Amino acid sequence: MTTDTVPRIRVPEGGVGESPLRPDGVPKLRGEFEYAQDLSAEGMLWAATVRSPHARARIVSIDLAPALAIGGVHACLTAADVPGRATFGLEHPDQPVLAGDEARFWGEPVAVVAAEDPDTARQAAAAIEVRYEPLDALTDPVEADRRDDVFRRLSIRRGDQALRGSVVVEGTYEVGMQDQAPLGTEAGLAIPDGQGGVDLYATSQYVHIDHEQVVASLGLRPEQVRAHPSGIGGAFGSREDVNLHIHLCLLALHTGRPVKMVYHRSESFTGHVHRHPAWLSYRHEADETGRLVRVQARVMIDGGAYASTTSAVLANACYFAVGPYRCESVSVDGVGSRTNNPPCGAMRGFGAVQVCFGYESQMDRLAVALGMDPLDLREMNALGTGDPMPTTGQVIDTPLPTIDVIRSLQAMPLPEPAATVHHSELPGGSGLTTESHHVRRGVGYALGIKNLGFSEGSDDYAQARVRFTSDGAVVETAAIEVGQGMVTVLAQIARSALGISHVSVAHVDTSKIGSAGSTSASRQTQLSGGATLEAATRLRQRVLSQHDGDELDDEGVWKGDDLLVTWADLSDEDWEETVTFRHPPTTGPDENGQGVIHADFAVAGHRAVVDVDTELGLVKVVRVDTVQDVGRALNPQSVQGQIEGGILQGVGLAVMEELVMKDGVILNPTFTDYLLPTILDAPDVEALLIEQEGSWGPFGAKGVGESPTISSTAAIAAATRAASGKELNRVPIRPQDIALE
Amino acid sequence: MIIELTVNGEPVTARITNPGSLLDLLRDELGLPGSKNACEQGECGSCSIILDGELVCSCLVMAADAADSSVVTVEGVSPVDGLDPIQEAMHRGGAVQCGFCTPGIVVAAVDLFTRNPRPSRTQIKEALAGNICRCTGYGAIIRALETVATGAET
Amino acid sequence: MEIVHPNSIDEALSEMGDGAVPLAGGTDLMVEVNFGHVRPEHVVGLRRVADLHEWDGPRIGAGVTWRRIETHGPKALAEAARTVGSPQIRNAGTIGGNLGTASPAGDGHPFLAAVDASIELTSAAARRTVTWSEFFTGVKETVRRPDELITAVHLPAELPERQCFGKIGIRNAMVIATVCAVVTRADDGKTTVALGSVAPTPVRATRAETMISSIANPTSSDLAEFQRLVSEEVRPITDHRSTEEYRRHGAGVLTRRLLERCLA
Repeated sequence: MTTDTVPRIRVPEGGVGESPLRPDGVPKLRGEFEYAQDLSAEGMLWAATVRSPHARARIVSIDLAPALAIGGVHACLTAADVPGRATFGLEHPDQPVLAGDEARFWGEPVAVVAAEDPDTARQAAAAIEVRYEPLDALTDPVEADRRDDVFRRLSIRRGDQALRGSVVVEGTYEVGMQDQAPLGTEAGLAIPDGQGGVDLYATSQYVHIDHEQVVASLGLRPEQVRAHPSGIGGAFGSREDVNLHIHLCLLALHTGRPVKMVYHRSESFTGHVHRHPAWLSYRHEADETGRLVRVQARVMIDGGAYASTTSAVLANACYFAVGPYRCESVSVDGVGSRTNNPPCGAMRGFGAVQVCFGYESQMDRLAVALGMDPLDLREMNALGTGDPMPTTGQVIDTPLPTIDVIRSLQAMPLPEPAATVHHSELPGGSGLTTESHHVRRGVGYALGIKNLGFSEGSDDYAQARVRFTSDGAVVETAAIEVGQGMVTVLAQIARSALGISHVSVAHVDTSKIGSAGSTSASRQTQLSGGATLEAATRLRQRVLSQHDGDELDDEGVWKGDDLLVTWADLSDEDWEETVTFRHPPTTGPDENGQGVIHADFAVAGHRAVVDVDTELGLVKVVRVDTVQDVGRALNPQSVQGQIEGGILQGVGLAVMEELVMKDGVILNPTFTDYLLPTILDAPDVEALLIEQEGSWGPFGAKGVGESPTISSTAAIAAATRAASGKELNRVPIRPQDIALE
Repeated sequence: MIIELTVNGEPVTARITNPGSLLDLLRDELGLPGSKNACEQGECGSCSIILDGELVCSCLVMAADAADSSVVTVEGVSPVDGLDPIQEAMHRGGAVQCGFCTPGIVVAAVDLFTRNPRPSRTQIKEALAGNICRCTGYGAIIRALETVATGAET
Repeated sequence: MEIVHPNSIDEALSEMGDGAVPLAGGTDLMVEVNFGHVRPEHVVGLRRVADLHEWDGPRIGAGVTWRRIETHGPKALAEAARTVGSPQIRNAGTIGGNLGTASPAGDGHPFLAAVDASIELTSAAARRTVTWSEFFTGVKETVRRPDELITAVHLPAELPERQCFGKIGIRNAMVIATVCAVVTRADDGKTTVALGSVAPTPVRATRAETMISSIANPTSSDLAEFQRLVSEEVRPITDHRSTEEYRRHGAGVLTRRLLERCLA
């Protein structure tokens, strides 16, 4: 090729580093996007669930007759109707599909019904007569710990346990139970295939694990069940566990009809797991210069009635209990209790959120004790590439720019208070409680660290297929789009790898492709993205080598200036590559909690600015600025979206979001009383991305979904402390914690 | 009982057997699933529609009480093809993630711009204070609607 | 299930009686329906009764929406209206519906209590007017009989010029009141203090009123004493939204601030 020829477009449109429009944007904006809630099928029945009104009770008897007597009721099923494994669970199958002899949490499913319409189904569910004998419910995790009623204990000992520092701070901290509260509640449709099998379309973050559990409990062969990715309204961890999936398939096979179920909001609050409430106690010791010498932590999380992911959440809480700081001597003791509270499991940040509130509160206290600037103290102890993790001893061999995060955060200009603030943006907002002279401003910082991908030796992989079509390529995957934009980023990765623009993403069911793993742990961009990159790269190499070409673009295969093969020609043959991508292997912990536990890490920092009405205890989060380690931003607009959305969930945990429990009962399972931040509660956000390639993710990308939630809560708590002078050892911070304590 | 109403400009008849909501009628009987149910108590705005010219939550309108009324849903505010300027700005601005709140926000924003073509940032926020979004943190939504308000290129 | 859509008050009243469920904006009733708590069989849809939308000076028709009150109401009632739910709720919800539900947290109630408003109840047989304090009898309970409709709210002809509403909630919009209150002050010093969410019904803090009404130019220690008296007089509970202790504190602080605003 000579230099004066016009070069063909070798950089495709919509590749990595750009922010192409979401392919699902138009249908979502027009109201045409099909969510699981919107599915229907010919002859479809509607299902409803009967739930225990007791935190713990023996089920004495269940009388289905009154429900079956209602016209239009087709099936009422109980535990006795589960043909296969009676229980399910992500890590340990300990949760009954339907409670048998005993119900162990408030809201536990006891029976399911199918009827001609949703109204009849709910009436039938209400008509089923269940006799309960209430039993003593264990709802205190401390008591559960004492009785050794626990899902997991984990102890970490690293370094010389006798080491002591001259400056010591101690503190105890509590984190309330947060809910993911995705806007789309649980929903699904199961369609019997007429040959004893079933197709399931339901809200999920991980269709292959749903498939596995449905197959087990229905007693079917794997090929008889197909779990299909379907449109979902957010997830944030709430859709990792099975809830209505097995119920729907049971009812569909029992009735021979398609069966649909949609949870109402209050049912959703009991129908999925929550973020674990946590109780933390810390002792930090430093030398006079501020060098962190020893951290001792006790971590308790309450897993509730069934295992879900409690062991993994506990592990994360313990492994990240020190935060992104070097420390020679570490002792962590963790316990995940089993109680009769609602089961807790995955939520964005997965254990790292809870401990971050503890260790960052401690770092601020240590700074005060040392008379140091809180960021200087953090910088002095910042964990970086090449350092061992303070807890597990794992040497960090991917970029960990903690120092850069701190320095960039420090350098971000702090905005002056606005001359006038509209009352709706003062604490108390439209309630007109507060005028500017009632407000004290506070600024606070926090840093957070978390793993990316699954840990502790789990075989973590994702499969993806790239296939040529008549004018480009399609990426086939079972990885779930939860709103984060994976449907965009996988196409971008394939475009950049192939050198072509026409790439789409197709979600296919469990019979057509291997597992992509869960859309969780900030992992899909790295895992499914990694599989996509490798499949696309192989496909390009194969097509070039077969046709002896040197370039592929939107027209076809080229050699120099000659177009050898067009896309139309290529479509005569089946061109596809399927790749299963694995991240670097990890190990489980040894007896001291040591090991190569994690595949990759990400760090982020937040600076919160809050206005506090100290007399009434009302907080308005004015702005949250952040610096985040992203490896490489494959789609800057999506990264910004994850950051802003994640921060607002952190705002929620800091000042308003909590499931209030009493004797195992959730007192506020509605949107009237479980308060999500509104647009008038949202802070302004400025985000700075640190791009340091070197991670194993595609093009050096790191997952970005969880970092924004991890330290934003702690930063807001710190800022509120600065404004109010109160200790605030608990989140969410309640007005009385500021005004009365 | 049979009721008649106008939905997105078209006359519609519907059979009502229970005191259920207009939202359920739209979604389950009239083939208009664009309006979403996320809370069934008027606390999220996902089911926002325009009823006789007023922005309301369709989950709190008794279907039977919508007799002889005019209803406009997200399907009705969308052009025949493609997107209107508000939708387009949201699309380009990254204001859509999971999208479950999106139809309600589109309808609320259309109502706002109908009444006030040049809303301030505060007015945008106050107009959308009844629409909960769990994904975006609202930043992209505010920025997108500001571009519509100022007539800026999106 | 049947619904009737009367066009006049008289038609509406002829439908009232045992089992008849009046439906105004639907913002409370439909929550109960959607949650399966009630299943009304005979619904009297009031949206089309033009008389109920009439607003003639001090007589506000029961069907007047919060949206209209937000823009046209007396100052403190308009401020309260702005905090009722969301724009969507204010477009549908009515002042009569708010009274019919009689939630202890009803945002509109403190104003009515502060200005000694009356509530007009009408049946096919008769019309009666009761004071706000007679009207509310308990949590979500009123003196309205099944054959009656709330037809209007009567405000006094003269309202105190200085009047302020405030509402403590832990979200900046769309929130149930932890405490809400109205304080009014007339030129002669006569002060009224009414609160919601601190007792089963809206209440007046009469001791605080008496104390502060006699002081022409309250000092900061007078204000502190006023705050203390309000905190002492209210009878709040602890529930999942707040604590008794905080509500007492909030009631005192909020009403003191509202008084300060009235005095400014």
